Amino acid sequence: MTGNDFLQLGFYLIILVLLALPLGRYMAKVLQGEKTFVDTVLGPLEKLVYRVCGIDSDKEMNWREYAVSLMAFNILGIVTLFILQMIQGLLPFNPQGFSAMRWDLALNTAVSFATNTNWQAYSGESTMSYFTQMAGLTVHNFVSAATGIAVAVAMIRGFTRKQVKTIGNFWVDLTRSTLKILLPLSIVGALLLVSQGVIQNLSPYLTVNTFQGGSQTLAMGPVASQEAIKELGTNGGGFFNANSAHPFENPTPFSNLLEMLFILVIPVGLTFTFGHMVKDTKQGWVLFAAALILFVLMTGVSYSSEIAGNPLISKIGISGASAMEGKEVRFGVVNSALFATITTVTSCGAVNTMHDSLTPLGGLIPILAIMLGECVFGGVGAGLYSIFTFVILTVFIVGLMVGRTPEYLGKKIEGFEMKMAVSAVLIPSTCILLGSALASVIPAGTSSLANAGPHGLSEMLYAFSSASGNNGSAFAGLSANTYFYNIALSMAMFIGRFGVILPLLAIAGSMAGKKVTPVSAGTFQTTGGLFAGLLAGVIVIIGALTFFPALALGPIVEQLMMWVGKAF
Amino acid sequence: MGKQSTLDRSILLQAIKESFTKLDPRILWKNPVMLVVEILAVITTYFTIRDIFGHIGSVWFDGQIAIWLWITVLFANFAEALAEGRGKAQAETLRKTRSETIAKKLIGDKTENISASQLRKGDVVLVETGDFIPGDGEVIEGIASVDESAITGESAPVIRESGGDRSSVTGGTRVLSDWIKVQITANPGETFLDRMIGLVESAKRQKTPNEIALTILLIGLTIIFLLAVVTLEPYAVYSGMTVSIPVLAALMVCLIPTTIGGLLSAIGIAGMDRLLKRNVLAMSGRAVEAAGDVGVLLLDKTGTITLGNRMATEFVPAPGVSAQMLADAAQLSSLADETPEGRSIVVLAKEKYNLRERDINSLGANFIPFSAHTRMSGVDLRGREIRKGAIDSIERYLTEKGETMAPEVKSVVEEIAKKGGTPLVVAEDAKALGVIYLKDVIKGGISERFAQLRRMGIKTVMITGDNPLTAAAIAAEAGVDDFLAQATPENKLTLIREYQSKGSLVAMTGDGTNDAPALAQSDVGVAMNSGTQAAKEAGNMVDLDSNPTKLIEIVEIGKQLLMTRGALTTFSIANDIAKYFAIIPALFIVTYPELRVLNIMHLATPQSAILSAVIFNALIIIALVPLALRGIAYRPLGANAILRRNLLIYGLGGLIAPFIGIKLIDMLLVALGLN
Amino acid sequence: MIKMKILRRAFMLLLVMTIITGIAYPLAVTGLAQVIFPHQANGSLIVQNGQAVGSELIGQNFSDPRYFHGRPSTAGKDGYDAASSGGSNSGPTNRSFLDTAAQRADEVRKENGLSPDAPVPSDLITASASGLEPYITPAAAQIQVTRVAKARNMSVQKVQVLLDQCTKGRQFGFLGEPRVNVLQLNLALDTQ
Repeated sequence: MTGNDFLQLGFYLIILVLLALPLGRYMAKVLQGEKTFVDTVLGPLEKLVYRVCGIDSDKEMNWREYAVSLMAFNILGIVTLFILQMIQGLLPFNPQGFSAMRWDLALNTAVSFATNTNWQAYSGESTMSYFTQMAGLTVHNFVSAATGIAVAVAMIRGFTRKQVKTIGNFWVDLTRSTLKILLPLSIVGALLLVSQGVIQNLSPYLTVNTFQGGSQTLAMGPVASQEAIKELGTNGGGFFNANSAHPFENPTPFSNLLEMLFILVIPVGLTFTFGHMVKDTKQGWVLFAAALILFVLMTGVSYSSEIAGNPLISKIGISGASAMEGKEVRFGVVNSALFATITTVTSCGAVNTMHDSLTPLGGLIPILAIMLGECVFGGVGAGLYSIFTFVILTVFIVGLMVGRTPEYLGKKIEGFEMKMAVSAVLIPSTCILLGSALASVIPAGTSSLANAGPHGLSEMLYAFSSASGNNGSAFAGLSANTYFYNIALSMAMFIGRFGVILPLLAIAGSMAGKKVTPVSAGTFQTTGGLFAGLLAGVIVIIGALTFFPALALGPIVEQLMMWVGKAF
Repeated sequence: MGKQSTLDRSILLQAIKESFTKLDPRILWKNPVMLVVEILAVITTYFTIRDIFGHIGSVWFDGQIAIWLWITVLFANFAEALAEGRGKAQAETLRKTRSETIAKKLIGDKTENISASQLRKGDVVLVETGDFIPGDGEVIEGIASVDESAITGESAPVIRESGGDRSSVTGGTRVLSDWIKVQITANPGETFLDRMIGLVESAKRQKTPNEIALTILLIGLTIIFLLAVVTLEPYAVYSGMTVSIPVLAALMVCLIPTTIGGLLSAIGIAGMDRLLKRNVLAMSGRAVEAAGDVGVLLLDKTGTITLGNRMATEFVPAPGVSAQMLADAAQLSSLADETPEGRSIVVLAKEKYNLRERDINSLGANFIPFSAHTRMSGVDLRGREIRKGAIDSIERYLTEKGETMAPEVKSVVEEIAKKGGTPLVVAEDAKALGVIYLKDVIKGGISERFAQLRRMGIKTVMITGDNPLTAAAIAAEAGVDDFLAQATPENKLTLIREYQSKGSLVAMTGDGTNDAPALAQSDVGVAMNSGTQAAKEAGNMVDLDSNPTKLIEIVEIGKQLLMTRGALTTFSIANDIAKYFAIIPALFIVTYPELRVLNIMHLATPQSAILSAVIFNALIIIALVPLALRGIAYRPLGANAILRRNLLIYGLGGLIAPFIGIKLIDMLLVALGLN
Repeated sequence: MIKMKILRRAFMLLLVMTIITGIAYPLAVTGLAQVIFPHQANGSLIVQNGQAVGSELIGQNFSDPRYFHGRPSTAGKDGYDAASSGGSNSGPTNRSFLDTAAQRADEVRKENGLSPDAPVPSDLITASASGLEPYITPAAAQIQVTRVAKARNMSVQKVQVLLDQCTKGRQFGFLGEPRVNVLQLNLALDTQ
């Protein structure tokens, strides 16, 4: 059993890196405005977009202008998406005749998609018209991911520029990321997925008479086009409720491999993009290496725990894997554990297995991955800017030990950067801890639980982690479509997204204005194995220290109790 | 020794007293981490007192927590007070023992010996051969050769005379021959020095930029742990249990970075104190920090790279003259010359030509000292007239006698100059006998020191007034990375700006008034105490020993300060892992006995586990005070090697130490029955 | 004033992006998919006598002993509701889930004439993530062979042959797990 599992894991990682390397280089070119092979087609389109929108693509912005533009765009996106859901009954492409959603659910969904969270309080096939799915959700799958890339690239500029105020042009970064990175990849990706059986049509739901004499209504829709960007943009909002476990979203082991590749290829590629943009590919490799260490560790724990399985099920007298609840046979344990890790180290949140039914330690890994700030490769763009936060913290804590005030890429890390970096770590952590603590003591919080005992606490922890970390996956037993959860989680998603982006843009701005100290033998080296290990260590220690008490009362104690045969 | 220990005891007693006065929240607010501990101590004390009257069972346990929380704050206060006390004591000693230049103040025709510090602007002093000029001023009468090598780096003496642009003299320079009357133009450094010592002692000490940034990190961590602990109560309620407030307070204090929070200011003060011990006064902690970051050291050639004076290394005879003859003449002319150069000629003659030193008086010789007028020295001896001097002086001397200099001698002179040496021509009876080759002598071990600096990533630049050829030759021999020849205050300033624009921090020493702009521009400007007021005002450190080599030590102290800060921060954070393993199982073991497996230290009871963690947390502060004051061991290595070493000791050590410490304390508590 | 300009740009850009990524992109992909992969794009439907009877990718409810049974499903009220996908979301220490699983195991044993302590393939007592999974493990199919043969009055061997035909190995030899498509197997049985 395990030999083939390791083969699949290894194969995945190798293909991933082989794809990400050229993509990283390509993205560096695109984001720096250099010519690429797509320009013959997309170049004129890009120019047209600027002309129509009245954007001066040469005009650079300081960090405040950049932040204001970003916020204006995103808040406008939330408002229009909210309205779209409220009036979907009046709009075309609605063969099932779905009417307006409840306002709190519409709000939750609007914030959710604009923040790249894609938390599914709704059930796609029973609430959303095709028009809402396409013109609303798919659009935000693109632009929320592009927003992430824009922030990441603004930060890189902050590190590379010397004594200037500007960090790029938000409109240009957004447009280029969308048109030249996400769109071409999505078209190719969507068609590959269709070849495996992912559906792509605008037909009404199809009712068939089944073999045994019943009837079955098959949900239809333009799934593949959304599926591709859902993974590529690390959005994760499924067309269907079951998300990537649904056979129409993810029919075969190969489509599953594709989807796993789509989720990580841009985040991994961006680490290399970073290396290219700072003209020191080692700097990119070190971020890759640190993330890889954590990724392999987490996948290992998740996989081991799922393979070890559930002794309470084994007791019944079974053959095969004991932890098959909520897993699909075609993927098996290894692809479920791997997917669960991939989707939560990134801000994706697509699932091919029901995380609520994972073994406690298997379920701890996704929660922890999100709690760590999704900096292990992380969301598109978001992962890179999140890991920068930890790089700054690592450089600061450890860098002092070489006897110089801390610097990264020659830029001094001072009080202002510290304030912003600490805020970027504190804000989402605060949302997670306070939100789940509140939920755990009020009836509005606990009445939604599907499971009792420590697992119930895990469900609430997961919900607020997922929202604050903009992940979107869930311990989905929790009935989240309530006023309390819709509103509380909307707030968590909004604060968790922009409470990180804004401080980091401020860092980008302040970094861009600094001098660059030349590298010497006395410089704290931010490349090489030691730094990769340190970075990974700091990420784990800060995450673990913050959340260990909560996790101890949730998944950790549940695992221990499961071992001794207790149930709730 | 005995005196030292009484001093230490009084500092200790004072520090203990101040540990309590510093409990005042108005003072403690500057240290947010410790303020939080104090607040938690107050809360815990309240609960303990309430429980005493409420007759609730856990009084004994809560009381112990409260006591240890108070002790935690006191220990941190003690660390700071001790560092301050030692700094003050150091400054006091300095003030008392500081050596004073004696000035010969002219009152009418008479001179009166007074301390240089008592001079005021407008006073006139007489400075004679061998005296130090007591302060910056103008020559109003006389002419003298002055050794200004301490300022200019140029080892050859310069002429200072009244009137014209050679009238300005600088405090701390030394008259080598003749005499001058100087009118003092600046008030001396006394009040200035006092102000600086005051800065060291002052309670109004400003946090440095790095301290501010670190404090922000510590506040951030404190907030994170506050959240982690505060939210624990609702989670516990959900899980069907409650956790008492004193226990939560204990957990919180264990988790927040009390170790570094408690020692941070002590580390900073101790850094300045270490400088003070080397007789360097730092104007601010910021300057000490900047010293650690320095990327370029501008070093004056004279005194830092070379011994202050040149040494004779060779006698080059003129055609038809034997080396023995030249050596003999050179020796005779230098017998009474007590300058280092003169001595070196005698030594060379003895070592190389076996010419024993002769007694000038028994020879009946008449020694002609160097004078600013003739710019020669020599000896008249039984009809022999021997002179030595620079080529132009000797040439003039020969011309007066109706002779000319042999072209061969001239070419030797040029050759020596090209190699960076100083040629002295020796003439006897109107005939040039040859040339003495005087050479700048590189200090022993200096090139190893530069190699060391290079490994640390610091670039060394030699500053000299010499011509580029000479400078290049010396630079190559000394092993500096770069040099600035024919240095003027202007091009020195330009050089600093150039390095700074490339992002490097620049350190330099200086003492002349014309150094002031460069000192002000540099990131670490060390003014020599012998230097002018303006220089001292412009720099951000003053070296009381006026020893330019000390710049290297200053950099090392800066680095050590930052390392100590980083090491203790790392240690503090790494400690938390063990504390979690002590406290978390203890908190919940009643409801979830399964969490027993997390009690990997096998602590006796939940109470003893929590107490052990709190006690360890308090004791580690006091245990690390000596390290904070002394600074962690410094090795002149590259960043990577230093990092590996420190990570191993303070990172890994920080992970492991508390596991051992908490277990030991737990065993002790059980043995004493305190659990 | 500057703020208005930013808002206008933001609005225009959102509009343009909606047109490009929200309308042009899905419609273009739909067009391409319908031309290149019409069967897959429309749901990989199984057509019998001109009538779609299901999708080869979507499982259906089988409770009749004549058919191979799929995994327990939690989609919709009665399971296998393809307009309401989803899993049970039961946690590993959820007592009612554990009871249900034990109960299912007993049923499987009874149905297929197994001894009370015979091991039951785990996929037959646990619900899939989607509730629509068409597959079971070969082991889960194997224990049903005798029952199906008996109910259909077919030889066990014949059923076994069909089962072997419908058993898919790992994709490309190493991806995923070996599996049996229950729907296709039952279709093969019916068309026999």
